[in-house]
Amino acid sequence: MTFGETKLGRKKRRNEAIAKVVFLGMALSMILPLVLIVGYLFHQAWPILSLDFLTAMPRRGMRDGGIWPALLGTFYLVTISLVIATPIGVAAAIYLNEYSRDNWFTRLIHLAVVNLAGVPSIVHALFGLGAFVMFAHLGRSILAASLTLAIMTLPVIIASTKEALASVPMAFREACWSVGATRWQTIRGIVLPNSISGILTGIILQVSRAAGETAPIMFTGAVFYKAIPEGRLFAYGLFDQCMALSMHLFTISTQVPEVPPALPFGTAVVLVMTVLLVNAASIALRAWLRSRKKW
Amino acid sequence: MQKAVEIRDLTVRYGATTALKGVSLDIPRHEIFGIIGPAQSGKSTLLKVINRTLEMKPDATLEGQVLVEGKNIHQIKDVTQLRRLVGMVAPLPVGLPLSIYENVAFAPRKAGLRDRAKLDQRVEKCLRQAALWDEVKDRLDSLGTKLSGGQQQRLTIARALSHEPRILCLDEFSIAIDPVTTMRIEEVLKELRSQVTIILVTNLVQQARRLASQTAFLLNGELVEFGPTDQLFSEQPASRKTYEYVRGIFG
Amino acid sequence: MRPRWETALEWAIEWIIRLCGVSAILFVLGIFFFVFREGSGYLFHGFNPVQFFTSIEWYPTSQSNVRYGVLALIAGTASVTLLAMAIAVPFGLGAAIFISEFCTGKWRESIKVVIELLAAIPSVVWGFIGLTVMNPLIIKIFNAPIGLNVLNGGIILALMSVPIIVSIGEDALKAVPDSYREAALALGATRWQLVYRVLLPAAKNGLLAAVLLGVGRAVGETMAVLMATGHAIKIPTSPLDSVRTLTATIAAELGEAPVHSQHYQVLFIIGILLFIITFAVNLLADLAVKGIKGK
Repeated sequence: MTFGETKLGRKKRRNEAIAKVVFLGMALSMILPLVLIVGYLFHQAWPILSLDFLTAMPRRGMRDGGIWPALLGTFYLVTISLVIATPIGVAAAIYLNEYSRDNWFTRLIHLAVVNLAGVPSIVHALFGLGAFVMFAHLGRSILAASLTLAIMTLPVIIASTKEALASVPMAFREACWSVGATRWQTIRGIVLPNSISGILTGIILQVSRAAGETAPIMFTGAVFYKAIPEGRLFAYGLFDQCMALSMHLFTISTQVPEVPPALPFGTAVVLVMTVLLVNAASIALRAWLRSRKKW
Repeated sequence: MQKAVEIRDLTVRYGATTALKGVSLDIPRHEIFGIIGPAQSGKSTLLKVINRTLEMKPDATLEGQVLVEGKNIHQIKDVTQLRRLVGMVAPLPVGLPLSIYENVAFAPRKAGLRDRAKLDQRVEKCLRQAALWDEVKDRLDSLGTKLSGGQQQRLTIARALSHEPRILCLDEFSIAIDPVTTMRIEEVLKELRSQVTIILVTNLVQQARRLASQTAFLLNGELVEFGPTDQLFSEQPASRKTYEYVRGIFG
Repeated sequence: MRPRWETALEWAIEWIIRLCGVSAILFVLGIFFFVFREGSGYLFHGFNPVQFFTSIEWYPTSQSNVRYGVLALIAGTASVTLLAMAIAVPFGLGAAIFISEFCTGKWRESIKVVIELLAAIPSVVWGFIGLTVMNPLIIKIFNAPIGLNVLNGGIILALMSVPIIVSIGEDALKAVPDSYREAALALGATRWQLVYRVLLPAAKNGLLAAVLLGVGRAVGETMAVLMATGHAIKIPTSPLDSVRTLTATIAAELGEAPVHSQHYQVLFIIGILLFIITFAVNLLADLAVKGIKGK
């Protein structure tokens, strides 16, 4: 006697296959947009993409020329916001993971971090306007916009840093404490050196997030147009207003009439490729680090 | 003669569960003191009390008095001072993700020793004491975490000796290593006995019998009896339970 | 002994760390305080909450007949969010199920990377895609007069909230013990049955949290809806109607509203409303997640 396939068994196998295909379809439906979007943006932007596009000033009321001041402005905003957010975020994560005890106050901080991450970007914009531009009299400036961005990126830096710190085994800490090292010596000597790469990965991810944000900088420091000397890296001051890639894309695609279509597409490509490359770099870094763990 | 550790009416609770109930115990200097008992009997908790790492557990509470080298440990302001008096070896070997050299130099460095020559000396001395020097002297720069389990456990012992403690606590050190290495470390402990007080927590009663001059028997957080090891392993220990435990009738 | 300056430095560092740990709470309170502060003048003098919540008339710049009714804006936000969730929840959860149950090794990693990249695309780029890709497409397919409408915004928002639903949903499914799966398969359940009868009920809290976080993201999104939903302030009757959301209203009008004018203050009051909505949604999501951990 052989075990022939029963009717029920066949049905079962068919169901299995259908399930797999349906769920695969759902997963693919998310991969497809990414490929299509990037491809379409590139296709439309092709005529204008050149080095000159990156380094030239916009001309003829932003209907011609390049995106240099926006590119530089984004660089300023991202750098300054991360310089502000990183130390605070990393220290806060160290507090949460290494110092805090499990009590109501710690839970309150966790709750605050979760909610800070969920605050809509436009509310961050209102906060930045009310707190930095108005109350602190910074005016609409790179500094005010960077501070707003910094507070926006803070909760994510806290979360990713905390995860990196938690990946260092507890036994290492206990071993250090039991030979008479203080908490800080343990953190400095063992915990940080073994989680720094994970922490960095999280911070790099925030580069792409900060670079893409528009709403928080719209009313706190970014402007439609600002003329700066071409080819100079230190063209902006802390209290200047600046252009930004994301804002520039918004402006030329909705506010300025009769812009040649390749121009906004070119800007979008530069913006998307910046964030995708940064993300890809951080993913690659993560994979590489996983492969050379020390324990 | 002064005692290395004196424990008076020690009770420890984790939340609602009691880990140690009214334990009183004297541990003499420069001997190997064995602590035996089945799992969950409070042996490890006792060691955590002695170097105050119990404080790192959020829900632990403690009553009673503990004196280490004549000092009440809860009156020592800087807890790191106490921990330098007490070396601790955990059940599972923990090589820190540092070089072998830095594993041993970690504690003296953190205590403020900067002189390179003295550090070199200290590292060599401790590695020799732990019978590891000959195996690793040519590769002190390689990672401590890449050593074998038995080597890592000896590295852990070297690290526990590196801050020149007066007391060395070992918590079931042989649990994750092979019998040959276990025997080597037992030899090491016999050597060390003249220099430091050794508290040996073990789940292997025969190990206590081989090494310890005095032994305490803990059961469910209570001290059943303690005294000369020969007494506990004799035909007539003070408690019937001790007799049954050391002969493997339960536990 | 350690030098004195070293212990002093350590003491200082530990206090800075504690301070930064508390900072998250300060920032959340700060956001509420400053947004509230800018809106408070009108909120306590002349603000009409009944009109605010029940009127569909939004005439902030009218000379003779100023009206601040946000009902139509709330309807705009709700309609776009609902449509987005109607698309994103099945697809997102389906993809989460596919990744955690039907995928292994390399496939799983690659899909997760793609989802991460999808999440990285800036909202202004999504808005731009709505404007330049979806808009003509919708006009063509539905023969609609304008392609900037609820449908457009809903699809864009769905694509934007899918990544968060997938990643949180996958975490929730991963938290279901393998013994459940083994037991169900051992009893002869098909994978369909496994998913419907075992996994979905077991992971329901986490999946609920995933959906809630998706809602939070959709409600708070600004640039994409600003660019993709048109600017009609009315209660939509079909997906092809243009609408204006709460967030888009702030972004569109804050630039023109004179500082500290009534209009400006009302925009901040909308900000408070948004803050409260997203706070509640995130709190619920957090509670749902805690629910799984508590069990």
